[in-house]
Amino acid sequence: MTEDGSLVLDVRGVTLQYKTPRHLVTATYRINLEVYESDRFVILGPSGCGKSTLLKAIGGFMAPIEGDIFLRGRKVVKPGPDRMMVFQEFEQLMPWKTALGNVLFPMKATGRFRGKEARERALAALSKVGLTKFVDSYPHMLSGGMKMRVAIARAMAMEPDILLMDEPFAALDALTRRRMQEDLLALWDQLRFTVLFVTHSIEEAIRVGSRILVLSPHPGRVRAELNSSYVYGQPLDDAAFGLLSKRIHNLVFEGEAEAKQPEALV
Amino acid sequence: MSSSGIVKTQQVVRPEFDRIPVDASSVGAVVRPLSPLQRLLDNVLFRRCAILAALALIWQLYALWLHNSLLFPTLTDTLKVMIHDFGDGTLLRRTKSSLEVLLMGYAAGVALAAVLTTLAVSTRLGDDILSTLTAIFNPLPAIALLPLALIWFGLGTPSLVFVLVHGVLWAIALNTSSGFRSVPETLRMSGRNYGLSGVRYVVTVLMPAAFPSILTGLKIGWAFAWRTLIAAELVFGVSSRSGGLGWYIFEAREELNTSSVFADLLTVIMIGLLVESVLFRTIETRTVEKWGMQR
Ligand SMILES: Nc1ncnc2c1ncn2[C@@H]1O[C@H](COP(=O)(O)OP(=O)(O)O)[C@@H](O)[C@H]1O
Ligand SMILES: [Mg+2]
Repeated sequence: MTEDGSLVLDVRGVTLQYKTPRHLVTATYRINLEVYESDRFVILGPSGCGKSTLLKAIGGFMAPIEGDIFLRGRKVVKPGPDRMMVFQEFEQLMPWKTALGNVLFPMKATGRFRGKEARERALAALSKVGLTKFVDSYPHMLSGGMKMRVAIARAMAMEPDILLMDEPFAALDALTRRRMQEDLLALWDQLRFTVLFVTHSIEEAIRVGSRILVLSPHPGRVRAELNSSYVYGQPLDDAAFGLLSKRIHNLVFEGEAEAKQPEALV
Repeated sequence: MSSSGIVKTQQVVRPEFDRIPVDASSVGAVVRPLSPLQRLLDNVLFRRCAILAALALIWQLYALWLHNSLLFPTLTDTLKVMIHDFGDGTLLRRTKSSLEVLLMGYAAGVALAAVLTTLAVSTRLGDDILSTLTAIFNPLPAIALLPLALIWFGLGTPSLVFVLVHGVLWAIALNTSSGFRSVPETLRMSGRNYGLSGVRYVVTVLMPAAFPSILTGLKIGWAFAWRTLIAAELVFGVSSRSGGLGWYIFEAREELNTSSVFADLLTVIMIGLLVESVLFRTIETRTVEKWGMQR
């Protein structure tokens, strides 16, 4: 999906480490990746391989030990609203604000949109995710899926250069997750935003992604990068889907057959 | 078949079915208002008032039975004195005098706590300073500082305010900073995602997120301040221009005017109750409960 070929995110040789009181944990090692405009770029890897860490670094929350991250040519040094993050946890919403208030907050906090315009944009974003009836509800009155929709609406309403999603649907039940994946794709069909999507589920990666970066188990290193847009919109039992799934499965599990299996790989 | 002796129970085979859900219109409206009695019984204020009424009745009956107004005046006598003293302005003046000092001390304590905790979340040095100071001063009863305050500031409002600040500050600072520390990492990150930092970040993200703890701190601080103030007035007598509620108790005791002591105690209790169950309760229902952060 690189029709207009504009490079949005460029991650060059990024190594990330955590310093704990006792250890120096290397989470990812020399990662390279390039995300182009309107990509649905998926980072796939077993739990604990450093996906969230990588996303945190791209978000500007963590500085690489080695390597650089560029967003539209500018080096990433700190968090900013040009990269809106959607997390797995429901706590990302502000419990003291309504759905509408939550969507409005970043617009007003950054001064990007104001007054009536901000309100209209927020309402439009909430209606796009199907929450028109719940704009005045507080997060604790919403279901898990609805909270996630608010978080997605909030991120999209800011029109960031790139949307960073860290296993956004992992905490949802299977049926809701399916719905959310389909709705995300429908939104993408409309708006063609650029999204970087992290998951540990092969099925989700194929369903959501147009390009899939496969990371090795901990410490995360680049294993492969595959195109998956050709199965876009295909049913699950489609032959191409099955083949791609098997291929990725082999990439992830190779050499792991005798060794211990990564815990959470669906 | 089973040689091992394990008896395998047969599964019951039932036919499948698929039907339209039964007509639910007989339940009436699915969402239905509760009856007035049910609503009344669900009302906390009503239940609390009922208990208060029962306590008042017990008081009255016991006092009547004891029949010794010097030891234990009846509720009606106490109320009579109270109404009289409020009527001629003495009790009102005393209350006003106490509340003025209290509000000054409380406001100063809250402001100082806000500054200290903001410093504590923004810098590591600030955090270390606050933790150490809290550890030193929190266990020290505020009233114990009053003699020192009297030496420093003399007999008067400044001494009381000083002691009140001490009573309020550490309770609020301790609760607020522990509230800040328990704000979920995801919420922090999503706040910083919008480029918020410094005081703006503390005010718009951390403070509302930690509001349940902050409110607890404010409540504890209030209770400390109120108790400390009454005790200080009682022990050190007239320390502000006209003397407050504590001083009034002291005076009444000197004159063996037990009904006045009771009237004053009742005033102290009522103000405490009012602030606790009306003011703080209202804040609670309008904020943390409405937001689902506390039940
Ligand atoms: N705050 C932290 N401190 C120390 N180590 C951490 C921290 N967060 C994650 N790690 C370690 O870094 C590695 C990668 O974690 P993470 O990025 O969360 O993985 P993933 O998101 O792929 O499941 C893991 O080995 C984990 O134990
Ligand atoms: Mg993760």
